[in-house]
Amino acid sequence: MAEKKVFVYSTPTCPYCKRVKEYLSRKGINYTEFNVAEDRNAAKEMIQKSGQMGVPVTIIDGQIVVGFNQSLLDKLLDTQVT
Amino acid sequence: MFDLMIIGGGPAGLAASVYAARKRLDTLLIATDIGGQVIRTMGIENYLGYQFIEGPELIEKFRTQISQFPIEQKIGYTVTRLTKVDTAFQAETDSSEKFQARAVIYATGKKPRKLGVPGEDEYAGKGVTYCAICDGPVFAGQRVAVVGGGNSALSAALDMVKIAEHVDLVSLTKLTGDAILIDKLSEARNLNILTEYQTEKIEGNSLVTGMRVRGVKSGEEKRLDLAGVFVEIGLVPNSEAVKDLVKLNRFGEVKINCRCETPVPGLYAAGDVTDVPEKQIVIAAGEGAKAALQAHRYLQRLAYVHY
Repeated sequence: MAEKKVFVYSTPTCPYCKRVKEYLSRKGINYTEFNVAEDRNAAKEMIQKSGQMGVPVTIIDGQIVVGFNQSLLDKLLDTQVT
Repeated sequence: MFDLMIIGGGPAGLAASVYAARKRLDTLLIATDIGGQVIRTMGIENYLGYQFIEGPELIEKFRTQISQFPIEQKIGYTVTRLTKVDTAFQAETDSSEKFQARAVIYATGKKPRKLGVPGEDEYAGKGVTYCAICDGPVFAGQRVAVVGGGNSALSAALDMVKIAEHVDLVSLTKLTGDAILIDKLSEARNLNILTEYQTEKIEGNSLVTGMRVRGVKSGEEKRLDLAGVFVEIGLVPNSEAVKDLVKLNRFGEVKINCRCETPVPGLYAAGDVTDVPEKQIVIAAGEGAKAALQAHRYLQRLAYVHY
């Protein structure tokens, strides 16, 4: 199975972003991170793609997860880690 | 059927999990997320054993600690209703899965209070936010409002004047936060303080574009053009799931005695969702431990467990 493309839009001060990134790392998932606090283009892109002005936004193969939603992340990644 | 179901993944629920596991109770932990309000706490300097630790890091330590025990975990599940079924309890969840146990520790904590105005739910995450430290930087260079007059509102306003173009601080009452924060805010040049203003409506067009407020005394209406609304008006207990089972106090908290007992035998509650005085991580953890030991005694007394 091809590896899923995972993007995380986050800010350095956001605890839920940290949770998402830790969770992905724990599962051994590679992801590309955008710091929307510094990268204004990434911020615009995030708002455009997700319609959201809150972080974290995780995009998994085009599917959007808002916040740290473990069950939805699991579902989109089709893996289960306790 | 489990011996014990612990509902909530904050310090109270996690401490309860450790104690329940060490008593070898067949335990189920159900939580929307591990960490509760601690996740949103950037710096913690009053939890014993750590001079300074960030919320997410402390939670990670809690998680590692409970994962060594053989307790069943259902994380990402929110309990919507808890009922009594014969001598046991049944939890209904947002996933339609149901779980049963002989005893329950209800430790669901608190969540941010909503304004309850039109547009708030519609634009949640689209300009309306309840986590200033999370989403603040997304609004760099834009106009925003912070709603509230307590310390969390003042801190959010202080953070935002540094990065936003302009901040309106809208408070229903006079500012109630610490004088030191109010003094710091008075130095900001891009801040407008509207005290005794009621927030009436949040407006937008796929994203937030403005907010309507009304002077409590003057009745004067204003429209604020802005892209972000930071709601910082306190917390409410997550007690909906047990509101038909136990009596709540006027704040919506579950009433308990010093043994963490509710009037329903076998139902215990712990931490910020209860009427325990003082909401602190160390207190919630202590209450969770106490509730688990009490639940263990209850199960022993009814001869469900013999250890």
